[in-house]
Order: sequence, then structure tokens, then C-alpha cells
Amino acid sequence: MRRYSMFAVAREALRFHAGWEKAWKSPEPKKRYDVIVVGAGGHGLATAYYLGKVHGITNVAVIEKGWLGGGNTGRNTTIIRSNYLQDPSAAIYEKARALYEDLSQDLNYNVMFSPRGLLMLGQTEHEVRGYKRTVYANNLQGVETRWIGPQEVKDLVPIINIDGPRYPVLGALYQERGGTARHDAVAWGYARACSNMGMDIIQQCEVTGIRTEGGQVVGVDTSKGSIDCGKLAIVVAGHSSVLAEMAGFRLPIESAALQAWVSEPIKPCMDVVVMANTVHGYMSQSDKGEMVIGGGTDGFNNYTQRGSWHHVEETTRALVETFPIISRLKMLRQWGGIVDMTGDRSPILSKTPVGNIFVNCGWGTGGFKSIPGSGFAMAELVAKGEPGPLAAEFGLNRFKEGRFIDESVAAGVAH
Amino acid sequence: MSTRLPKGGRLIDRSKSLSFTFSGQPLRGFAGDTLASALLGAGQTMVGRSFKYHRPRGIVASGAEEPNALVGLGRNARFEPDQRTTTTELFEGAETTSQNHWPSLKFDVGAINDKLYRLFPAGFYYKTFMFPRFAWKHVFEPIVRQSAGLGAVPKERDPDRYEQAYAYCDVLVAGGGVAGLAAALKAGRAGKRVIVLEQTPHWGGRAVVDGGQIDGLDAEAWVKDALQKLESMENVTLRNRTMAAGLHDHGYVIGYQSVGDTTPGDGRPRHRLWRIRAGLTITATGAIERPLSFAGNDIPGVMLASAVRDYLVNWAVSCGDRTVVVTNNDDAYRTALALLDAGLAVPAIIDARDMPAGPLVDEARRRGIKVMEGHGITRVLGKTNVTGVEICRQAGEGSVVKQIDCDCVAMSGGWSPVVHLWSHCGGKLTWDEAHAMFRPDTTRPPTGADGGPIAQPVGAANGHLRLSEIMDEAGIGAASDEEGPMAPVWLMPAGAPDALRFKAFLDYQNDVKVSDVQLAAREGYESVEHTKRYTTLGMATDQGKLSNINGLAILSDALGRPIPATGTTTFRPPYTPISFGAVTGEARGEIFQPLRRTPMHEWHEARGAHWEPVGLWRRPYCYPRSGESHRDAVNREITNTRTNVGLLDASTLGKIVVKGPDAGKFLDMLYTNMMSNLAVGKCRYGLMCNENGFLMDDGVVVRLSEDSWLCHTTSGGADRIHAWMEDWLQCEWWDWKVYTANLTEQYAQVAVVGPKARDLLEKLGGMDVSKEALPFMQYVEGTLAGIPARIFRISFSGELSYEIAVPASYGLALWEALNSEGAAFGAMPYGTEALHVMRAEKGFIMIGDETDGTVIPQDLNLNWAISKKKEDFLGKRAMERSHMTDPERWKLVGLETVDGSVLPDGVYAVAEGHNANGQRNVQGRVTSTYYSPTLKRGIAMGLVKHGPERTGEVIDFPGDNGAVHQARIVDPCFYDKDGEKQNV
Amino acid sequence: MLTLTCPYCGVTAEETELAPGGEAHLKRFGPGSSDEEFESYMFARKNPKGVHFERWRHANGCGKWFLAARCTATLEVFGTYSAQTKEPPADIIAAIKAKRPGWEGYK
Repeated sequence: MRRYSMFAVAREALRFHAGWEKAWKSPEPKKRYDVIVVGAGGHGLATAYYLGKVHGITNVAVIEKGWLGGGNTGRNTTIIRSNYLQDPSAAIYEKARALYEDLSQDLNYNVMFSPRGLLMLGQTEHEVRGYKRTVYANNLQGVETRWIGPQEVKDLVPIINIDGPRYPVLGALYQERGGTARHDAVAWGYARACSNMGMDIIQQCEVTGIRTEGGQVVGVDTSKGSIDCGKLAIVVAGHSSVLAEMAGFRLPIESAALQAWVSEPIKPCMDVVVMANTVHGYMSQSDKGEMVIGGGTDGFNNYTQRGSWHHVEETTRALVETFPIISRLKMLRQWGGIVDMTGDRSPILSKTPVGNIFVNCGWGTGGFKSIPGSGFAMAELVAKGEPGPLAAEFGLNRFKEGRFIDESVAAGVAH
Repeated sequence: MSTRLPKGGRLIDRSKSLSFTFSGQPLRGFAGDTLASALLGAGQTMVGRSFKYHRPRGIVASGAEEPNALVGLGRNARFEPDQRTTTTELFEGAETTSQNHWPSLKFDVGAINDKLYRLFPAGFYYKTFMFPRFAWKHVFEPIVRQSAGLGAVPKERDPDRYEQAYAYCDVLVAGGGVAGLAAALKAGRAGKRVIVLEQTPHWGGRAVVDGGQIDGLDAEAWVKDALQKLESMENVTLRNRTMAAGLHDHGYVIGYQSVGDTTPGDGRPRHRLWRIRAGLTITATGAIERPLSFAGNDIPGVMLASAVRDYLVNWAVSCGDRTVVVTNNDDAYRTALALLDAGLAVPAIIDARDMPAGPLVDEARRRGIKVMEGHGITRVLGKTNVTGVEICRQAGEGSVVKQIDCDCVAMSGGWSPVVHLWSHCGGKLTWDEAHAMFRPDTTRPPTGADGGPIAQPVGAANGHLRLSEIMDEAGIGAASDEEGPMAPVWLMPAGAPDALRFKAFLDYQNDVKVSDVQLAAREGYESVEHTKRYTTLGMATDQGKLSNINGLAILSDALGRPIPATGTTTFRPPYTPISFGAVTGEARGEIFQPLRRTPMHEWHEARGAHWEPVGLWRRPYCYPRSGESHRDAVNREITNTRTNVGLLDASTLGKIVVKGPDAGKFLDMLYTNMMSNLAVGKCRYGLMCNENGFLMDDGVVVRLSEDSWLCHTTSGGADRIHAWMEDWLQCEWWDWKVYTANLTEQYAQVAVVGPKARDLLEKLGGMDVSKEALPFMQYVEGTLAGIPARIFRISFSGELSYEIAVPASYGLALWEALNSEGAAFGAMPYGTEALHVMRAEKGFIMIGDETDGTVIPQDLNLNWAISKKKEDFLGKRAMERSHMTDPERWKLVGLETVDGSVLPDGVYAVAEGHNANGQRNVQGRVTSTYYSPTLKRGIAMGLVKHGPERTGEVIDFPGDNGAVHQARIVDPCFYDKDGEKQNV
Repeated sequence: MLTLTCPYCGVTAEETELAPGGEAHLKRFGPGSSDEEFESYMFARKNPKGVHFERWRHANGCGKWFLAARCTATLEVFGTYSAQTKEPPADIIAAIKAKRPGWEGYK
């Protein structure tokens, strides 16, 4: 692989960039792989990457129904944070956040991780108490967060209105090393690195069946023919239920639409990410200058990647109230993604009733921020056949035992 | 240079001259102008700078597809960035500013990027700026952000207002051109309820510019006639200046109406957002002309051929004195002919087709225009304005055969139907080879609730580019308007080398060139979505209206596959950007969300209550007196309540009546404890769990009569719990005879609390509230101070306490009577914080503090409230799961700091060591912590592993800045453990 | 923005009038059931990409719960029916089969 650098760009400039090679190869599937990862989104590609990098398993195919990175990886609001309340969540999201810190250098692909800081506003006494609890929990979990007062919030975000008549800002949970990254680049960077390790990324290849023998997986049927495998990792987010059905088990997952929208671009005016959970909205400014906005999830099962308009109104109201200057900005584009929600709104990284099939799903609204940590933990699970400490608490058995990892306790919603 | 012609202009009123400014320069236009036509009329061809290379940018189009001509509009609180000049009506005093340059439009430092263009191809930032690690955030990103981002930032709160409205119709026609009007006539005559939306102020679309004959009339006359007919139909509503922004599921259309844009400050709403439920949406949205890709096609003065014609015909604006037309189709010849009609020079028509033929071509030749067949443009000359073009063979590599001086280039690469609305909900497209365009595949429409189509395309939006075809589709006759076939031309010249392709722009605003798309393809970004995201093609504020098809064709060519196999990116709403103000509507400030008020709300407000939001209610947190801090006020309120008497507005408390022969059985399922055996007239505290066994609500249940119970819920929980009850009654136990009614707002409720509470009620008179007549945990009905009332003898504070419920309309009267008569006893109102502290002093749990959705009653030592006798209740099965019966679960205790200080909110108690993920082990946490003015020390409750067994033990709670708080585990009840005060 | 017709009051309601309630026809398991049964009742959801039977409440209307058969991929509504029903009624099944001949049926 040719390394990316400023010098390489300068060298190519002299010959009109004719010499760049493909970022990833697009081969036809081989007959057999040690591991097949279904789903070439961020999580699937990261799983493959750490299988190779950490566990030395490179006879791997990542197969994708559409185009790599074409699902939620490419349609989220790019927020990265790890200020979670419960220990297992804080551990895996902080692992992800820490990996994001060096991901550009690790992948030799600039994913533009921007640790610009993230604020979760406290707007009721109850919410304030919840966030203070989170701060104390985070400090013991090795996650750096702190509680800041309204004036410090205003200093960090001059466009915020802290004296709203209904929900004045009482302070905020501040994660200084939270931020954003360029979402597509995360998928592309991992894909390039996987391809470079000799893994096959097979796009436009739909899984149509899962073959098992004696309770063990032996391969998959796809639109590009049958492929044998030793192990199968299902990492397909909103479509997990469909794949699980093929393998003959059911998951505690429901798929629903989550929407996001952006404004037209304006010059920099907001250097941090702000989440306002009491009023249901969050906003950051992209490097292009667009205000990137998201809100709550639709409450009904949906696979259409479109959501309901009233959520757009509700969240926009919340943000105009919080940031009055955006009233005269214009909404440029609105879209939806399909999120996979579990019974406790925390993910599943687990063995399944079928031998050597592993699932990684249920990230709900937390998918993008967790990609490196999720891939790292999933690779360990697939390679060893047993979860490591990061994945240990996220098994399917927790639903039977009543051992939930509930993040909604500190705040009304978790994004 | 562009200029205003002395006569003509369909849309302008030369008797009304309007003044406006452009970056401080005073200019004039006419009523009927758009900002764009006024700027061009005033000779302003360069209006902004592009996103990446900061190249000079002029007006390209005349409508919604304009990518370049965006300005800042207005000033101070009415400033609006990124305003599209081509769709903004000119008004007197309009202040506009050009964007994306520093220090000025003419001299822009950022233009250095253009000189270094080869260093900045598509996606260069993915390959660079990685070292050193911190540099992205601290060095590169700030530079990128500062040079990107088009418009300036509004600085103030928006003073304008916005409206939202609903409408319903059988047929919604999106677009008021001739196709739309014809469709509206047909639907209107059929008796349908019809709404016609037209985004511009004018009706008739292209036909009235281009002319032609419809049904024996001039297009203009036909449109006038059609409008008259439609206006006379009661079932038809016409709305111009209203764009159909999006078609959402089940036929929900968002309309965006400009109301007061041109009259800022006159009190009308600026915009109105229509939420329209339409049976069928007819997309009569027309078509958009495509640019051609040649080097320098972005230089100000290079415009769409149709736009040049629009400016000429509609606004009497000449976009140049000498216009070279470059085309691959016949339609652009209309521009050449219109220019000739206006007395302007057309030195040549450069036609990429080898043998153009047809009436329009013939006429151009007949009128002496030089037609250069099989030719193209090598490059456009000029920097901030076109000065000429170099001509080459289209089939070659760009060898210049001729140079022509000109100051305007009118280009046409063919047309693309506007398929946005059709596509928003999944309508599919098909590739039309003859016109090289995607048009709606009417066999695969977007579908609605009944599975049938919710949209139907007509006219140019359906791929009918000629007027005769459009009218034929509508069943109306029109004169013949034959055209010769177009030929797809995606790159000019076909064999353009690197140096030309690096200057041939696809997306003008985002500076995406032919070479960028080819680079993306070469690097494996093969999906159209990859290419879009890698190059930013189509991601500008025009959302690719001009660039997408051209980019897609370049990509397909680079990959060697047909265009339909590449497909399009997804069309997403809105069609053009709509203001957040309109999306927000009137819901801002105080009424940003509905406000629920108790009958005493205004009284509290008048007394300076400090509010706390509780759901949609606001409750007094405390009533600070002049000069008093909130903390002091709370302490005073507590001390007064515990010494004299305090009054709490408890009206927000949920009050649900459950009635019927099976009501007792039902409540036994709902609550963890038994309610069916509660005696009439008695009260009992109850807990409710969800099916997971977690506590969800609590409150006092009162048996009102043999068959009815009154269930009190938490303030925030009333609606949720009522819905929860109905869920079980309707969906699970539907044969049980139970009726529920949420009476929360029908009753005002006041807690009269403190040693002198009884004295106060006796003074009010009318009911016997003595210990004998009304013992603890009982209730009576009667008339108190002349007001019909229920009095519950219940206590959440440990004091002698009565809660008095009266019909809501009497609430304020009761409250005022209690305050005035209470003065003699030292009565004072108290707020929610005093309530919380007093309950904590007594060790009573609070839903939301001691519980967080993961806590079961057993954790709170509430086993006494869990019936052992009942076979079933909601949550019972869940509590049998292994994790719920785990003896290691944390349990409720009281906590007293060793030094008397107040524990911080939310602190955790640490245990030895770390877990496998390197996190510090913990053994408990604080759930409530307060300063108790009664005990003059900090008190707290918390959940601690094996807590109740460890009474007396001191554990560590790390706080802020390395401080460690030590607290002793104690009984959670800190005050009056034997309950002597409440039982007097 | 869905519309569903409330079978009780007959109103074709906007989504904003309605509250969604998840999968329909779940069989409640209480005390005495196995861990597996209880887990399945609480968490295992069909979540099909296709025909889905689900609960809705006409919350900002008549207040009644009702059930709907709806396609999660196209949002087509095949019909709404009483919440006091243990499994989809025959006319709803027939309506789905008429529209989706390949549908595997209610299971």
C-alpha cells in the first residue's frame, strides 16, 4: 500500500494525480474464509481490522449487501463521546474514543477526529443530579468528564441561550476529549487497511441464507454464490433480525428510524458538540460549516430510512430555543437511518445459539462513536470464541437474567 | 457586461424603482425583480466566491437550482446568510452582502487555494494533515473551517415570527406551470379538493417565457384564462410563493410559503409552513437545464442558456452584449433567437452535435447566426468575467480552431426533470436514452397507506420537455414545436486532457471538477454515494441540482458502465432549503412547549416563586423573599413547616380514579401490595413496577367507595400511569369491568403541613379534622371554608399533615383562604425543594432519586409493600430472575458524613481494586443528599452493597479535586423515627 | 408521517394523534413461567422487514388501543382491528395475502 502523506499528494499533483491506486480492492469471493464478517459498515470493517491487527487472522471476507459504509456509518451525526454512566458502557465507549485519538495515524487515513469537547446540558434539577452522578462515575471509570456551571457553558458556546424562559441551562456535563470525526472516512480508512492486509471486501453481495451443520455454522449463501467459513460475525445493525432469522434465532432487537438534518453552511460559530436531552436535540457544526442536528427516535418499527416529520419540528424547536441565532438558518437536507434498539438500549456482543456465529448489534443511537471499541471487542470475541472483558457484560444472556445495562437512567435519552 | 435593456421585461414594473445595496454599494432595480435580475441589471456579474478554491462566482441560473449567487441578506437581527438571489424578490431597502471572501470580493486571500488547485484534489484531506497528531484539531481543522462555511453567522435572536398551518386535499399540484395548471383544471372539474402550490410569485413556468400556442391561445393568454377558471372553482386553492418542500410518508406534504420576506418588520409572519395531507400529489415541478463541462465553465458570465433567456424575457436584462451559445440540443437555439430579437449579438452557436437539424436550427441559420457543428469549447477566457472562448472540435482533445470574443456564454447540456418530490418517498426513476435523463418510472411510484401511488408526475417533470408533449399528456391541443434529437455530451471536448479536466467544473459551489470524479473512480470510490461523499459533489446548498447528472455521467464513463447502472444518490427533502424559523413555528420562548398551570400558578408567580420545571408543569422550587438566597428560603420554609405550618401546592400530583366491579382485582395486579382489601375511607401507600420489576411510580391510594379507588401518582407520572392502566385494561384484561379517569387537572390539591395544621383547618371550619374523626391514613369528604373538599390525612414530611383536594375552580380560593387565615399560625407556602428535604429527613424514597429505572422495591427495603399473598402482579415474575434475587444488590441506607458536611450529589462509594477493564471498583452511591436545617447537618440516602447489614461502618466517597468524603451508614430515617409528630 | 384509521372511533388519525406500542399479540408470561418463556415475552421481537402486527393507541383521540398490520419496508397499512383479539382476524390476513401473495402468513 502506498502511504498517504502531504508529500505523496504533492508528488501526485505534478502528474495530475494519475498515480493513486485503489483505496481497496473489489475481488470476487473465494471459496472459503476463516472468518466471514457480514456487514461492511464501520463495525464490521473494524471487526475485520482488529481480527487482523490484534489476532493475526487475515483470511477474512467482509461481505456487504450494498456499498461499504453505506448504512448508518454514513448517515449519523458523527458524535464521539464516552461519558456513559454504567461501567460496561463507559469501558467500551472509552476504548473506542481512545482508539479514535490515534485512528488516523493507525490507518494512515485522516478520519479527522476532532476532540473539540462535548456538553450535555443540565436543564432540570433532576437532570443536573443525573449528570453529576455520571461525572463521579466517569472519574472512577477513567473517563475524563467534569461538571461545569452555566457561565462556563456560555464561554464555550457563545451562541447558546442559557436564560431560556422554560429550561434555563443550569450547567453541563463536559467531556473535553469528546468530539466528532468524519464518518465516511472511518469506514473508508478501515476498508483500505483491511484490504491492505489481504482481506476481501465484497460489495453488492447479499447474504440469502446461513448454512449450519450440527449446530455449527459452515457457510453462507449469497447473491455471489456460496461461501464457506469457519466463523461468522453478523454485524448488520438494523438488519440483524433478518440475518438472525436466517440462522434460526431471534434477537431482542427492534429497528426504528432515527433522523438527522443539516443547515446550510455558515462560518465557524460553534466549537463544541452540545446535547440538550431535556428538550430533545443535539447540534454540532461540521467542518464544512453546516449545523448538524439530531433528535429522538421514531417509536415504531421501520426499515425505510425515512422518519416522521413531527420529530424534525420538535427537535428544531428545541434547538432554536437553545441557540436562537439558528432561526434564520435554513434546513438543507433531512434524512433517516435505521437504528437497532435492544430491550435495555445497550448493545449486544455475543455468542449465539448457533456455534461459531457471533453477533454485534443493538448499538441503537450509539453506533458511530463506538466503532473502534466495538470492532476491537468483537474481534476478540470472534478470535477466541469467548468475550473478553470489554464484551463480557454485553451477552444475550443478560436479558434472561435481568442484568440490564441501562443508560437511560442518567438522562431521558441516550444518543 | 450585463445590463438592463431599455424596454421589455414581462415581470418588472418600471414605474416602481427600488433601491438596494450590494456589499455597501447602492444599486437600483424594479418591482418584480429578483435580487439576481436586479444585480445583473445593475451590471454586477460577479457575486461571490466558491467554497474551496475561492474562485470568482457569478449567477448561473434563474431559479431554485442556482449554486453560486448566494448573499447575506439584511442586517443585525434580521441578517440571513446564504440567501439565494435567484429566488429572492427584490424589495425596497434590501441590504445584501457577498460571501466567502476576505477581505473583499475582488481581492480575496483565500483565492491562493485556486493557484494551488493541483494540491487540493478531491479528498486530499483524507491523505494529509495527519501529523503530528494534535495538529488536526489545533492547526489544520481551524484553517479548513475558517475557509469553508459560506455565509456569515447571524448574531442575534430572530425578531420575526413564523406560522404553521394545516390543509387537506384530494389532489395537491406541486408546480404552477402549464402542466400543473392543466392538471389542476382537470382535478378541479372532477370535483376534487385541489391545492396548487407554485414556488415563485408567478404562474405559467417556462411556457410563458418561451411562448407557443395552447388550445389556440398564446401560452400567456392560456395561463391567464386557466387561472381565472381555477380561481372561480370553490374546491381549488391557488398558492404562489409556496414551495412543496417535501413529500413524506402517506402523502404528507410540507409546503413552505414566503409571506413577509419582502416587508420585514410589518408584523406578518415571515414564512408559513403548511402541513398538507394530500390524497395524490401531482408533481408538475418542471425540469432543470444542465450545464456543460468545459474548462472555465465556472467563470462569471457563463450561464445556463435558459437563464439567459429568462433574464431577457422576464426582466429585460441582457447578460452580455455578445453571447456565445454552446449546446448539445435545440432548445438553446431559443436563447440565441431571443437575444437576436432583443438586438443583442450572438457571434456563434457552438453545437457539439455533428449534424443538428430542426426548425429552430434552421431559423437560427436563416437569421444569420453562425452555427459551428461538431464543435465545443476548449476553455473560457477571463478571470472575474468572461472575455472570450476558445473553440475546438468536440471529438478532439481541445486544439483551438478559433477564438471568439464575448462577455457571456449561454450553455445547455440538455434537461433533467425535477424528480425530487417523486423520489422522496421511494418513487423510482428510469433512464431516458433519447434525452439522456432520468425521469419517473410511473410503474414504480411512491406508495402510501393503502399501497397505491401517492404521486403522479406530469409535464416536464414526467420527461415531456416540449410544450406540445406536455399539453398532449394533459389532453389539450398545442401547436407543433418539433426539435431535432439532442446528443449527450458529458465532457467538452470529448478527449479533454488533464489540464482542461482540472478546470471543468461539475459542482460550482463546492468546486468539484471532472478530474475529481475521475480520481474518485480511479481510487475505488465506485458507488455514486462514495463519489458524492469523497468529492462533495452535490453536497452544496443546491444539493446537486445542476451537478448530479453530469457527475454521474463522468463517473459511469470512468467505470465503463452505463449511467442507469450507476444510479443516483438519494433525493432528500427539502427541495430547496427552508428556514428553521418556519420549522419551529410559533413555539418559542414561553410557549416553546405547552405550559401546564395549576389553579394557583399566577399566585406563585406574583409572589416571586423560583420555578422548577416538572414535566410540562412549573412548580415553585421555593419562594425567596427579598435579599434571600434560594438556599436560605428553603431552610426557612422547612423550619417554618416543622414549627408552625407550611402550605404546598400539590395540584400537579396525579389523581386517577379507578372504578368498577373488578377495580380491586385490577389494582392488585398494578400495585405490588394489596389494594382490594383496603377499607372504604382508608389510605394506603402503594408501589408500581413495570414488567421488568423496576419501580416506576408510587403514591397513596384511597378507597373512595365500595367500587372506586383514587390513585395518587407522581407529578410527572400521571399521564404515563393512566396510559399504562388503559394498556392493561384494553389489551390484556379486556374482560375485566374497570373504568379509569385521569382527574389530575380536575382537582387542586394543597398539603397543609406542620404542628399547627389542624388549628388552621379548624379555623377555616366546616369539617371535623380531629385525631378521632380523621386518624392518620384516612380521608373524609365535606365542606371546608364553604368549599367542597376531600381531606386526606397523609404525610410525606413526618408532620401532622392534611392534603386537601377541591375542584380545580376552587383551588385558588382555598389556597388564598389557607394563606390569609394561616397568617395567625405563621403559615407560609413552601416549594418542591423543602418537600424533598423533609421527605429525606424522614427517609422516604422519591421516585427518580432513589429509583432510576434499575431499582426494584427490594433494593429500597420496601419488602413490606410487596404482597406475599398475591399470585401475580406486574413485575412479580421479573423479580424472580437471578439478577434480581442476587444478595449482592445494593440496598438503601442512610448516610451521615463524619464531619456533618453535605455529600455531593451523585458520588460513589469506592471499594478496593479495579475491575478487568481497569475501572475502580465501587460499592454504592448516593441517591439523595441535602442539608437538613432541622438537624443542622448533611443527610443523605444511598444504595450500598450489603448496606443495611453494615450500619455504623464508615465508607469513602471520592469527591471533587481529590477530596474524599467519609460517611457513616445509618438508618435512612433521620427525624422522628417513632412517628410521634405525624400521629398527633 | 403515518396515518392509521382507528377502528373504534373511525377517525383516520395523524401519527401525532397516535402512540406506538410495539409488537401485537404477545402472550404474557407471569409467575410460574420458565426463564425462557419470560425472556421471550419481554424481549424477543419479530422485527420483520415486511408485514408487522403492532399496537397503537389513539392517545390524543379516543384513547383506545388498537392493532394494525403494517409493512415496515413500505409502510403500507393492510388494516387496523380491535385490540381485544388474540391473533389477526381472517379479513386482515386475507387483505395481506391479496397484497402480498408471497407472504409466509402469521406465525
